[in-house]
Amino acid sequence: MSGVGARWRLYRRELALAWSGGGGPLLALGFYAAIATLVPFATGPAPQRLAPVAGGLAWVALALASLLSLERMFERDFEDGALDMLALGPASLEAIAAVKCLAHWTAVCAPLALAAPLAAAALGAPLAAAPLVLATAAVGGVAFAFVGGLGASLALGSRRGGLIIALIVLPLISPPVIFGGGALDALAAGLDWRPGLLMLAAYALAAAAISPFAMAAACRNALS
Amino acid sequence: MITSLSVEALSLQRGERLLLTDFGLRLAAGEAIALTGPNGAGKTSLLRAIAGFIAPLAGRISFGGAVGELDAAEARYAGVHLVGHQDGLKPGRTARDELGFAVDWTGGDDDSAAAAAAALGLAPLLDLAVRHLSAGQRRRLALARLIASPRALWLLDEPFAPLDAAHRARFGELMARHVAGGGLVIAAVHDPLPIAARTVALA
Repeated sequence: MSGVGARWRLYRRELALAWSGGGGPLLALGFYAAIATLVPFATGPAPQRLAPVAGGLAWVALALASLLSLERMFERDFEDGALDMLALGPASLEAIAAVKCLAHWTAVCAPLALAAPLAAAALGAPLAAAPLVLATAAVGGVAFAFVGGLGASLALGSRRGGLIIALIVLPLISPPVIFGGGALDALAAGLDWRPGLLMLAAYALAAAAISPFAMAAACRNALS
Repeated sequence: MITSLSVEALSLQRGERLLLTDFGLRLAAGEAIALTGPNGAGKTSLLRAIAGFIAPLAGRISFGGAVGELDAAEARYAGVHLVGHQDGLKPGRTARDELGFAVDWTGGDDDSAAAAAAALGLAPLLDLAVRHLSAGQRRRLALARLIASPRALWLLDEPFAPLDAAHRARFGELMARHVAGGGLVIAAVHDPLPIAARTVALA
């Protein structure tokens, strides 16, 4: 079987696993909706207070929601021994890690990106900002998936993995939050929003290029 | 294709403990080894070192092919099956999905998966979720990929433990067929293997 065919099969398996048993995407979406709803409760619903920060709030909620199902990315395969079999297959661990991140993006980050304009609008962001919210959330989701995969692989085999993952990942996803939120701020202020989006894309690409090597090394370490 | 395995002057360390020192082993096509030893002797670690998961402290593990030594990484991902204590199956998926993926990933296809399922008496179970299978049924599902995806070297870690007598005999026959066809088997066991095998005891 060719390497491409194997990766495609793995991608489909990862998607099926994300959807089965607890419905990862629905969980993340529900969590996202809950955070976005809590904010007005805490700050008061006055539009003049919420609207200026709506884009930023939608982004913070996005970052938190995308952390939710990271723990399952590598831990389940590690615990039940499937990672052994994957490591003895036709794709390198680097490729396996990258495929897992892409599947995580598809299953969790992309649905969250689709929900992001809704959340931003509900918090009072102008409708004109919706396309940029969607674009930044989709691109930022790539960064979340790959950096999140890095955290998930580093926490392999540790108890309280979920907490450790959050502590590893949150500092690393500050730059995309700054770039994404910054682009929305710039748009709201009538400034050029492109630098923020481009910086976000650069960060996402760098994460996608570098993190598979680190994830593979972390998996090898856990398997040994 | 792997035709021989050679382990030379191997030392393995786990944590602070030295499990094996200056350990050697040779295995040729058509041979089986029963790896015995008390709990904690290093049987699993040796199998995982051969599979490439544990880096030896010292020594060499090499795979021979028809025309000399093979690249170890290539030999492993194209020619080694490892079935350990854990079956590597997802409770929420059906037996058919799990077997299909495992067989596909290790180099077999749908037909060989179906044949392997039949050989291990799994056909009536394929539509059940893995969580509804017994330990022995799960182990048979994990072992089915050995039959479905032709790989020369089988590394087995107590493969018979959860199996009933009939299926022990059945898998023994399949193992014997693999060895007769030029395969190599190393099985960590506490009971004698049901096929002709050399015993290597770890202290």
